[in-house]
Amino acid sequence: MSFWRTLKVAWEGLTLNKARSFLTTLGVIIGVAAVIVMMAVSAGAEAEIADQINALGANLIVVMPAFQRGGVAGGGRGSVGLEYPDDLEAIRRDVDGINGVSAEQSTRQEVKGDGNTLSDVSIVGTTADFPAVRDYQVMIGRFIADEDNERKNEVAVLGYTVAQELLGERSPVGQKIKIGSVNFVVIGVMEKKGVVGNEDYDARVYVPLTVIFKRYEVRRFGGDTLNTVLVSAESKNVMDEVMDQITTVLAREREVSPTEPDFNLMTQDSVIEAQASTTEAFRSLLGWVAGVSLVVGGIGIMNIMLVSVTERTREIGLRQALGARPRDVRLQFLLEAIILSLIGGVVGVLAGVGGSYLFGELGTMRTAVVPMSVPLAFVAAAAVGIFFGYYPATQAAQLDPIDALRHE
Amino acid sequence: MTRTRESRAAPGVPDHVIETTDLTKVYGKGDGNRRQSYAVRALRGVSITVDRVEFVAIMGPSGSGKSTLMNLLGCLDRPTDGTYLLEGEDVSRLNKEKLAGIRNRRIGFIFQSYNLLPRLAAAKNVMLPLMYNGHQNLSEEEMLERAVAALESVGLGDRIGHRPSELSGGQQQRVAIARALVNGPSLVLADEPTGNLDSRSGDEIMALLRQLHQDGATIVMVTHSAHDASNAERIIALRDGRVIDGDFDVEAAGPLESVTAREGGGR
Repeated sequence: MSFWRTLKVAWEGLTLNKARSFLTTLGVIIGVAAVIVMMAVSAGAEAEIADQINALGANLIVVMPAFQRGGVAGGGRGSVGLEYPDDLEAIRRDVDGINGVSAEQSTRQEVKGDGNTLSDVSIVGTTADFPAVRDYQVMIGRFIADEDNERKNEVAVLGYTVAQELLGERSPVGQKIKIGSVNFVVIGVMEKKGVVGNEDYDARVYVPLTVIFKRYEVRRFGGDTLNTVLVSAESKNVMDEVMDQITTVLAREREVSPTEPDFNLMTQDSVIEAQASTTEAFRSLLGWVAGVSLVVGGIGIMNIMLVSVTERTREIGLRQALGARPRDVRLQFLLEAIILSLIGGVVGVLAGVGGSYLFGELGTMRTAVVPMSVPLAFVAAAAVGIFFGYYPATQAAQLDPIDALRHE
Repeated sequence: MTRTRESRAAPGVPDHVIETTDLTKVYGKGDGNRRQSYAVRALRGVSITVDRVEFVAIMGPSGSGKSTLMNLLGCLDRPTDGTYLLEGEDVSRLNKEKLAGIRNRRIGFIFQSYNLLPRLAAAKNVMLPLMYNGHQNLSEEEMLERAVAALESVGLGDRIGHRPSELSGGQQQRVAIARALVNGPSLVLADEPTGNLDSRSGDEIMALLRQLHQDGATIVMVTHSAHDASNAERIIALRDGRVIDGDFDVEAAGPLESVTAREGGGR
């Protein structure tokens, strides 16, 4: 019998008992949907992390003061802060392959403007390279310039939300606002960026670093010192080289040995690795759950196929008498199993994709349907059908026509 | 049906449709199909011939080996020993695949319990042998055409869309006969074809078989009924796995009782 005719016969066999066929596919549906949802959830988690890391600024190197052994120097604090502006300037001037060097020092203040008041706004003091380092651009006006830091100009760049809430429709550039008790002139508004890590970048106000030092109580290390300096390398390839240069330049600037520096360098990689190992464990657990449910679905198919072969023994005998070869019979029952699991696959994919979106919309979890997971789930479903359908189909093919015809 | 058969009778094809030599079938030891600790010698050397366009009845009491012989003649099973030539071709040593092909194209089965698939309409049931006929590769329409023609030839042209449950026993057996004929077989094997029917329907079926025979079919029928056997031209009587009378001429006389008496009252 031709393949297509056998397929038709197999289909007719399945429609004979629709409820049972559906219940049989349910196992595969759940298994396939589970695979897709699980992959979407872990891909969503990974994307979330990757986004956050990228949003922090690409190829970022974080320079921090080291905690020193003995801890007597530096007024008992155990570390000496990085100097502003000397350490920054040294890196900026002498290190090749960087997009920029920046630092951030923040405080929280009340912001007033145009009759509106926003309380407890994050005020970030920073330098001209901030947009380059954080990969975060000005939308209207300009960002803080080196000159603003040198002259300690009281100018402010508003985050997107702050600009909306404070000034509404009014053109922001040139507006006067009050941060705490200090008057500032708005020189620009940042583009929309959203929440990175736990920080809503749009709900912040950016001012010159020197103004933060001068006007607000944020001198954590005594003097104009910083606890972090951020360096953005031009590309991932030059990261190692850039880090070596920073070590050399900064050691010279701070008059310490480059082999025993009083500062540490960190890259995003270490953060990513830590995060990745967590999601890896998460994903392999989910993968196991999904895999087990697929196998359970397959066993369900095998079970029903065995029942079906027994029930239809007489029919098999008749078909054999009329000329069905063992392989015709095997193909018929194998196709039944494969159809069941493929239908399970289709419905499972729809349920899985739909479920993933629903999870993403309703839950707190971010999900991203992995395109590969759809063909993967199909192949898995087909494999389950072939694997668990083969044994019952072979049982059917090996029936003796005389015995089968006599079967009641 | 006649047309198909005559075209098959090409020059060089022997007149014997069936020619068996010392057919032996032993169940149990040495036969993996059945689990038995002792050997049952169902056939002990059966040599028969059936000529083209003959109508032969096989009779014999229970355990005489007629079912076993039927299975061998129908290529459903292989003999332990001996040879079976079907239209001159030795089919006693063919594998399962080849036997399935032989059954499909050369043999038409008529069973006691009809063996129709209940969910399929009459025409679809008749189409089944065509579907397994890889040599013809007919389209769906051609199959249906042939099935309808076969149903018309058994007088069921108006029942093609009926399911078996909507047909009487006699009608169901007619569908089965149409199915047996649809591939134009060289041999029609009927196993107690009237066993499940009342006498009137049974007589109709026998009349139909006689008609087929007159149109040129070669028919071998296993039966308990002397009444049915009287429709055949010749009776082969079996007992204890052997032929005790291979040429009981039905036309010659009425003493069918001499055969039936040995049955001991049937199954």
